[in-house]
Amino acid sequence: MTTRTADHTASELLAVMSARLLRDGQVVFAGVGVPLLAATLAQRLHAPGLTILFEGGVVGAFIEPGKLPPSTNEQRCARRANMVLGSTDVLLLLQRGYIDIGFMGGAQIDQYGNLNSSFIGDPDHPVTRLPGTGGGNDIASLTQMIVAMKHEKRRFVKRVDFVTSPGFLSGAESRREAGLTTGGMYRVVTDLGIFGFEERSKRMQLVALHSGITTEQVQTNTGFELLIAAELAITEPPSEKELKALRHLDPDRLYTA
Amino acid sequence: MTPDYAELCHRTHERDRSLREKVMSLDEAAALVADNASVGIGGSTLSRTPMAMIWALIRAGRKDLFCARSITSNEGELLFASGASRHLLTSWFSQGIVWGVSRIMRLYTETGRARFEEWSHMAVGLRFRAGAMGVPFLPMRSMMGSDIAHRLPETRLIDCPFTGAKLMLVPALNPDVALIHVQRCDAYGNAQIDGLPFMDLDLAMAANRVILTTERIVSNNKIRRAPDQTKIPFMAVDAVVEAPFGSAPHECYGIYEPCFEHLDAYAAQIRRDPEEGVRAYLERYVYGPKSWAEYLDLLGLRELLDARRRGTSIHDD
Repeated sequence: MTTRTADHTASELLAVMSARLLRDGQVVFAGVGVPLLAATLAQRLHAPGLTILFEGGVVGAFIEPGKLPPSTNEQRCARRANMVLGSTDVLLLLQRGYIDIGFMGGAQIDQYGNLNSSFIGDPDHPVTRLPGTGGGNDIASLTQMIVAMKHEKRRFVKRVDFVTSPGFLSGAESRREAGLTTGGMYRVVTDLGIFGFEERSKRMQLVALHSGITTEQVQTNTGFELLIAAELAITEPPSEKELKALRHLDPDRLYTA
Repeated sequence: MTPDYAELCHRTHERDRSLREKVMSLDEAAALVADNASVGIGGSTLSRTPMAMIWALIRAGRKDLFCARSITSNEGELLFASGASRHLLTSWFSQGIVWGVSRIMRLYTETGRARFEEWSHMAVGLRFRAGAMGVPFLPMRSMMGSDIAHRLPETRLIDCPFTGAKLMLVPALNPDVALIHVQRCDAYGNAQIDGLPFMDLDLAMAANRVILTTERIVSNNKIRRAPDQTKIPFMAVDAVVEAPFGSAPHECYGIYEPCFEHLDAYAAQIRRDPEEGVRAYLERYVYGPKSWAEYLDLLGLRELLDARRRGTSIHDD
């Protein structure tokens, strides 16, 4: 479902809502697109001490308005950063435990927060071969995750066709049993609401609705049965200030069209 | 890909590791790469892609190269479409997120004409690192529990002999040859890399042969004035080729940004008709020009100057 009101696009809503989840002082490993934009937005608005890392090897990125990089591997990512490292070494910072939040987009997600960015259909005879994991698998394996993605029934499925980046695998303790003893899905931000994961089953749970959205609407656009938090919050719509800052960062609508 | 250790050392001992000049042309360097060779490609996505060398290998008619790169952009499309490679190992493969999912990658992999072997980004890096360290594998804590590892028979899941924790082992990758583009090096191959190094240092030390292309060849005195900037030692390097704008239409840190107009036009041409679009592109830009300089002529002065203006101003304005 693509929500577009007169005030903002769905991508802008995703960027603003996920930026609000980031706290000052955190160390965030961000993917390209909305994550990069949302992390930068948080840095400019309420989290000046937010440290952004990119898999291209950038520590402490400070993205310039209007010069968003086409991936996290170009020199635009490194401008005014604190340090550049080899890409293996920056990923090893995840393994060593330096990162608070991993932040990425997603093509397909399931009820346990597993992400697929590799194959639609049978991997041996795929309907669509997708671009693959990049650092996604490493990030999702090693730290707490925020995922920002558009909410569509074909993207929110009971079981992903292929687990590219692990969420809670088959739920309960299965992630830990597979050897992934740290991290896990923290929040999924969509244009309909915000989702967490129920503590024991590790199933996806609606924790907040965006204003004007109903739980029925969310369920209709989801391919599995959603849990609903006992205390369901309603998010504040993006403010003028947030949208203005966001549009200043991405004037060409590279990532917020 | 993970040879016997004695064999690995033997291949290194057999190389002429003396301090000697090794400057040659693109064509001469291309002759060092055999059909079916395993090739490690430096840079990442649109950055410091050894485009001039890839261009020369395609023109030389190389076939069935097994290529490995951290992240693969449209150079991978050209390798597939030209037949230079039918097997690419990488963590992510498309021109770039802003251009959507690669139609060429899809066409070739979905029809089984070529293989895209997917490893996590860190796994690719640790495979080069193990190769550089002269050890057969390295342990890591990602790829476990996912379907990526299930499709990779070379991986092993073990219980750590010290802690009992589960660990993923990934094997060393020692390519026959590494292709790496740098900002500057001397005639001996002492290479200085500015900005993001990606996996290139490990790749250079893992490979059994290294071909450097460089924006310019500088004097050994210039290298010696800043030895801390030298990232790849001459003894690991087998060929040095001067190739200005050697990553174009991709970027080279501090010197030029990508030629975005060219890449947009390329992507549009592929979208209209992947098979015909890439064929026409190869014809015009790879097989057509008589030299690298003539290829740059086709990219055009206006676009190269703009890429240069943007690239030099990022860190120095």
